Amino acid sequence: MKNLNPHTLSLPKALVTLVAGALFGFGLSLATMVQPEVVLSFLRFQDWGLMLVMGGAAGLAMLAYKGFPRWLGRPLLGGQFLTQPASWNRQTVIGSAIFGIGWGLSGVCPGPAIAALGTGNTDILWALGGIVLGGLAHGLTARD
Amino acid sequence: MTLINTLFPLGWQHYLLGGLTIGAGVALLYLFNGWVGGMSSVFSSSWSFVSKRAFFQQDRFVSTRNWRLVYALGVVLGALVWRFTLAGGEAQHTSVPAWQLLVGGFLVGYGARLGNGCTSGHGICGLGSLQLPSLGAVLTFMATAFMTANLMAWSLA
Repeated sequence: MKNLNPHTLSLPKALVTLVAGALFGFGLSLATMVQPEVVLSFLRFQDWGLMLVMGGAAGLAMLAYKGFPRWLGRPLLGGQFLTQPASWNRQTVIGSAIFGIGWGLSGVCPGPAIAALGTGNTDILWALGGIVLGGLAHGLTARD
Repeated sequence: MTLINTLFPLGWQHYLLGGLTIGAGVALLYLFNGWVGGMSSVFSSSWSFVSKRAFFQQDRFVSTRNWRLVYALGVVLGALVWRFTLAGGEAQHTSVPAWQLLVGGFLVGYGARLGNGCTSGHGICGLGSLQLPSLGAVLTFMATAFMTANLMAWSLA
């Protein structure tokens, strides 16, 4: 009976996931990161707000990732505190470089592209479509 | 004060507050479920519903594809709530040309999946868990994004 998959989506976990995503989407919108113009003005050194967004979010994430496993044995709804190790290799460098070119061209990254469905910014559906296709193209050409 | 106005001509409070709200979402997902909530993985994991290709059928995508879709749905809901509470309900628009959005989006999707992370996966979750490869990824995409955005601005000026 024991379920060994730590990613199993029970109803309570689904609700938490939905709320967590909603906070993410609300925060992106509040921070105006859903507006490509604001992101591009950061990339053109005209407005440093994006640093506060990323810094504030990463700061809280750090407290969570370092603190919760130390203070609690396991997540409140069971399972385990998972980690997602990043590796430094050619793919990371080349992929990130390509990502940056696309980000600098469009002012859109994955979170805001999804959030555009909520803000009603139909222009950004071009970018969302591009990301969906880019993810497919990567998977179809990946070697691993 | 003038320095703050120069760095943040549109004000700074909403940036910090928005960032902390994003961080609260990421923290909540970890506290209750133990999951690391980057955004770009959903663009690989969701293809596992359609494509039988071995790459998409990897356990890391198949086992997380349900919650990643729910998470993305939450992002849409959160943005919707913002629109109808703080933004007066009007749909947003952007003046960035469609071709830039489409081509840029394609590169964003391809690059984020090849590099295993985006602004949230490497920038928020990776930096938040103090991973040096993520710092390298962030510095890399910031550098190429700065170059691209400024080149575009110059070429159109």
